[in-house]
Amino acid sequence: MAASRNPERFAPLLLLAILVLFWELACRGLDISDFILPAPSAIGIALVEYAGPILFNAWRTFWTTMVGFALSIVVGVLLGFVIGSSRFAYAAMYPLLTAFNSVPKAAVVPILVVWFGIGAGPAILTAFLISFFPIMVNIATGLATLEPELEDVLRVLGARRLDVLLKVGLPRSMPYFFASLKVAITLAFVGTTVSEMSASNEGIGQLLLTAGSQSRMPLAFAGLVVIGVMAMAMYELFSWIERHTTAWAHRGQQPS
Amino acid sequence: MSDAFVDFRGVWLAYSEEAARAEDYAVEDITLSTQPGEFIAIVGPSGCGKSTFMKLATGLKRATRGEVRIAGEPVTGPLKIVGMAFQAPTLLPWRTTLHNVLLPLEIVQPYRAQFKQRREAFAERARRLLATVGLQGYEDKFPWQLSGGMQQRASICRALIHEPRMLLLDEPFGALDAFTREELWNVLRDLWSAQRFNVILVTHDLREAVYLADTVYVMSKRPGRILVRREIDLPRPRDLEITYTEPFTQIVHELRARIGSIRRG
Repeated sequence: MAASRNPERFAPLLLLAILVLFWELACRGLDISDFILPAPSAIGIALVEYAGPILFNAWRTFWTTMVGFALSIVVGVLLGFVIGSSRFAYAAMYPLLTAFNSVPKAAVVPILVVWFGIGAGPAILTAFLISFFPIMVNIATGLATLEPELEDVLRVLGARRLDVLLKVGLPRSMPYFFASLKVAITLAFVGTTVSEMSASNEGIGQLLLTAGSQSRMPLAFAGLVVIGVMAMAMYELFSWIERHTTAWAHRGQQPS
Repeated sequence: MSDAFVDFRGVWLAYSEEAARAEDYAVEDITLSTQPGEFIAIVGPSGCGKSTFMKLATGLKRATRGEVRIAGEPVTGPLKIVGMAFQAPTLLPWRTTLHNVLLPLEIVQPYRAQFKQRREAFAERARRLLATVGLQGYEDKFPWQLSGGMQQRASICRALIHEPRMLLLDEPFGALDAFTREELWNVLRDLWSAQRFNVILVTHDLREAVYLADTVYVMSKRPGRILVRREIDLPRPRDLEITYTEPFTQIVHELRARIGSIRRG
């Protein structure tokens, strides 16, 4: 049986099934109202019933997240490259960036609204602001942790700094980069959703807010499920790309 | 002598200006010279400045005092006529063995400019070099698919692919088991016999130094000074059998005694 050959693959599904079942039984057994905690079956019904609006809003959330995420890849890689390859830039920029990163991004949304108005702008920017930091840090780490012996080997050959960065530094930081993408994409969804809750007429964040204010809890939970599924799907996509591009960094897990 | 290849004249090195003011030198008053094609070994206790010596000989560090000349020229910056290998093979895990060995040709001139046009010729050259160290059939494997000894062979090939006039080895066999180490001694012996580049071998292993080198230098604890210069007059070609003969063990004993007296001192 496939499951017995590779139990790890099915473990999350099994755990999910057990949790959902437990949740359903608890709601029914304890007679918990839908207004407090909707049972999985009620959430399922809401998903089907409001499939149209959910899909519409999910698409909006998805593409704004992706645009913000693309921005954070570009900016994160460039900043990481600068910080990781120059000690001076590192010393100058790192404390400021850390301070910036510790600002709660939800607090920035009202400012973004003033600048860009209600709509996709604040959502994209919030997704970007919240997710570029881990990408930048990981690229910088990959570049900065180069073995000194290897650098000596190359410098003796007359390698310029750029040679060392392109031939060794960048390939070497790729595993760090992909690891950071997986963290960053889930953060980007958080950013978009938070922004949509106060600065948008569309998107899953707005759907959550509306459903909550109308006490339609099954719909609110359906929105949460959709966000979770989208983030997980993107996470898996980046894991897959990671496994197929930087296999050399994961050799321990591979059958030889 | 003017025809010396490696020529250190009263060389002192401090790693920073403060260290220099505080008279805290990593190496002191190193004077030595080697004949072209000579194989020298430098032995000494840990932290005696052997690696500093390497940095001076490659131009990665400039002498604080004194002068370093290589091939008759004063050293003013990194020397491209040098190949280096270390205790850690430092191969790039995303490149195959062949492409790891080709790396220097992508960087050092004049090969760099010709790399695109002569890619095939260069790959052929790398394959031949890999074959001479017994790595034929492993060209397309990744470093992590090779044993430690094989990785070190590949690392030595990488150090030699651009046909440097000088090979610098910093404890290259230190992390290998005894059998593999002795195998690689012979690999190095054969490469050197065929190409006669200059070698500076930094090592802890006296048997290794005596077996391979023409001249062995013993360095003191930090600050490193050269205490003993010992020519090894064992006949060449040498075979592992020689390491069990009386003259060989006598030289090793003698050097061991000197190092023992440094450690007590």
